[in-house]
Amino acid sequence: MTTAARDHDVAVIGGGLVGSAVAWGLARLGRRVVVVDEGDLALRASRGNFALVWVQSKGLGMSAYARWTVQSVGLWDRFRDELREQTGVDLCYQRPGGFHLALSEVEMQRRADLLARLQAQPGMPEAGYEMLSREQVRKMLPAIGPEVVGGSYCPLDGHVNSLRLLRALHQGMQALGVAYVPQARIERIERRDGGFALRAGAHDLRAAQVVLTAGVGNKALGESVGLDVPVRPQRGQLIVTEKAAPFLHHPVVTVRQTDEGGLMIGDSQEEQTDPVVGPAILATMADRAQRMFPLIGSLNVVRTWAALRVMTRDGFPIYDQSATCPGAFVATCHSGVTLAANHALELPGHIVRGELPADTFSTFSARRFHVPAAA
Amino acid sequence: MFQRLPEADAAARVAFTLDGQPVEARVGDSVAAALLAAGRSTCRTTPVSGAARGPFCLMGTCFECLVTIDGLGNRQGCQVLVRDGMKVETQQGKREVGR
Repeated sequence: MTTAARDHDVAVIGGGLVGSAVAWGLARLGRRVVVVDEGDLALRASRGNFALVWVQSKGLGMSAYARWTVQSVGLWDRFRDELREQTGVDLCYQRPGGFHLALSEVEMQRRADLLARLQAQPGMPEAGYEMLSREQVRKMLPAIGPEVVGGSYCPLDGHVNSLRLLRALHQGMQALGVAYVPQARIERIERRDGGFALRAGAHDLRAAQVVLTAGVGNKALGESVGLDVPVRPQRGQLIVTEKAAPFLHHPVVTVRQTDEGGLMIGDSQEEQTDPVVGPAILATMADRAQRMFPLIGSLNVVRTWAALRVMTRDGFPIYDQSATCPGAFVATCHSGVTLAANHALELPGHIVRGELPADTFSTFSARRFHVPAAA
Repeated sequence: MFQRLPEADAAARVAFTLDGQPVEARVGDSVAAALLAAGRSTCRTTPVSGAARGPFCLMGTCFECLVTIDGLGNRQGCQVLVRDGMKVETQQGKREVGR
């Protein structure tokens, strides 16, 4: 299949949460978009994530990331409503406020220190963080066990059904006319005639702009369009139990009850590149969750899995535009759920105008990594 | 719908309760088999849509015969032998946590 350059304004590489949100947003602004998606052998972080829409503790070392996160959470209601109106899919987005629980005084102090350092940074947005005592936590989470000494709370935190989010974005983008090319791994991207020529298996595609949203795959793809994308995979393991009657009405950063009742327990952070599960980590996760909520000990586990986060050295996202290949962009992060509203409603307008404005995006450029290492 | 084979019918009696009502079974019956023999073809409703479900595979694979046994939810009825005095309850929708 060959398409002429005029067929597509933008080629989005990667059909996960980042790519499909950007593609949906671009199509909503009238762009003709093609999404090239690798296929079922891809790493598929968007199908393995923990589905939090989360603000708490993000941005230590980069207040711009905290502002970007709070902005996205502010757009989430509108984003959810628009997707539901268009596709009929209920994303089950809830923002009841979320917790990070401490199982010892040491953990409690460490948490308080972290939030104090976070809030002391210049340019931090108002997020309403609070450290809560055990009794205060218990009013909102009556099921906590005796080892919980307290925790931190942020009213902006929530969660969503992220599989429905991915489905709604795919359904929505295709309804807006986005061409979806699945099972196609990009082999080559070249500058040609002021645009880009892409080869993916039997597909030859032409587009005026290209947006890389291929997760860990962005690193290799970026090299062909003059973008440095230093990302690495970081493993997270997850557990889900059978469905239970609602008892946990606020998500905790490592334990949440889904809209359908299953309890998700996550998520480890391991410097591993294989998405495989192991009993040692899973047992530790399950043990901590059960110390937080002893009642869950009798629930049956129905599935465990691992997925690979898309990580940068500092943990913050990269949004960048190529200096040598104008029209090439990259968007990569490990918070494709939280940031989906920004990727759908905020980022596409800048891509349409052909430039990421420096005031918001220069901080997110990979140029931040291009400094000599300290001697 | 189900009838006992004559040999099986000769086994000793065992009494349990289903949602508080007395039911008679035979020694060696699984909970699921006892429910079917007692004429109960459904034992629960599903957690999401609320559709009725009953014992199906009777070999531990399909998880359709889930019931609450002696206070513990989501037990596979086909994998538990009926005991005298056992309290079996049908489940409506989601299991309650801690039960």
